[in-house]
Amino acid sequence: MLPVEMTVNGERRRGVVDARRTLADFLREECALTGTHLGCEHGVCGACTVLLDGEAVRACLIFAVQAGGAAVTTIEGLGGPDGALSPVQDAFREEHGLQCGFCTPGFVVSVTALLQENPKPSETEIREALSGNLCRCTGYQGIIGAVKRAAEGR
Amino acid sequence: MKPAPFEYHAPETIHEVCGLLAEHGDEAKVLAGGQSLVPMLALRLTRFEHLVDVNRVAALSGFGRENGTLVVRACTRQRVMERDAAIAAAVPLLAQATPLIGHFQIRNRGTVGGSLAHADPASEYPAVAVALGAELELASPGGAVRRLTADDFFVGTWTTAAEPDELLVAARFPVWPARSGFAIEEVARRHGDFALAGVACAITDGRAGIALFGVGSTPVRARDAEEAWLAGAGAAEVAESAVRDLDPPADVHATASTRTRIARHLVERAVTRAQEGQRVAG
Repeated sequence: MLPVEMTVNGERRRGVVDARRTLADFLREECALTGTHLGCEHGVCGACTVLLDGEAVRACLIFAVQAGGAAVTTIEGLGGPDGALSPVQDAFREEHGLQCGFCTPGFVVSVTALLQENPKPSETEIREALSGNLCRCTGYQGIIGAVKRAAEGR
Repeated sequence: MKPAPFEYHAPETIHEVCGLLAEHGDEAKVLAGGQSLVPMLALRLTRFEHLVDVNRVAALSGFGRENGTLVVRACTRQRVMERDAAIAAAVPLLAQATPLIGHFQIRNRGTVGGSLAHADPASEYPAVAVALGAELELASPGGAVRRLTADDFFVGTWTTAAEPDELLVAARFPVWPARSGFAIEEVARRHGDFALAGVACAITDGRAGIALFGVGSTPVRARDAEEAWLAGAGAAEVAESAVRDLDPPADVHATASTRTRIARHLVERAVTRAQEGQRVAG
């Protein structure tokens, strides 16, 4: 077991973990931040996407011990302290960019990272950026619409 | 938590990494970006008693120019290759190839050396390294460093010429002359998926490098096609030479003949685009 300490959504978090404990499991089970969803657990579906030092990464492909000293932002850290939706979350709601919601945290984190780097993405850039997140119910049209709306609102 | 248990090591120097690899031999594996290794661990396709995480080795991060060479240290993130204008200026083919790798979330974490050392035959960087004539720098526990050409480094699927106690520390990409053209082309079912077939192409006056990927157990250097181009053949004829002796794998994604046909079209397209690039550069 290894000690690990990181900042999650602005708060210091400590834990003692198995080396094989993924960052996603650490967030869900040690930090009780269950907004980070685990779909495939091998890097394909993108549901577990979080920001690691500001960059979108798959939390299932990083071990918690590797995130020691890093700043992690999860879906819970994107909204306002009063529970207000972030502009990306709001755009997803407006454009029907979610249905069951399982994939949504990963999409919202990925899109947040995309718009930080590229505030006015083209449709092709949006589709390429979303290619690493899978949705199995709503389909992608509403999600693409949400990204466009969020970009216009910036 | 899906991987089997392992002991985790987080050394901070290349010397320590090589020492751990020497101590644990086949039971140890280097963990770089983890974007290929961790899925394989999660699916239990493989397991290791020891993982040697190289992410905290400062000497493995970053890149620089040494005369006519761009030296990319092994643990430099793929995203850096995509974003940094200095990379696009020195080795345009690296900048062109990188957006084709996985998805941006993967490239944020994935490393240049990790992709090369993993040696997946369908991946882009090994073909880029072969096409450009890159060298791979390997460190061993005694502190010795040796360099291998990309042609010699890739020996089979997921297999390189590195010894078990050697660490890939850098990739050395030659900076080609100003009047050069480059192109990389691939076909994948979905953006970011493994390529069914692809080709990396570099041309300049008196020199050509053409390397196919996804069509063999290693990147396949198309020497006949390079010679055809140097002899003045057109793109279609070069493409024909590139696939004449090709024996690509068949799987659920594509038959061997489909891969060959795709490869031929891609070579023609890449050579055409590289020639156009060379014309504009000149």
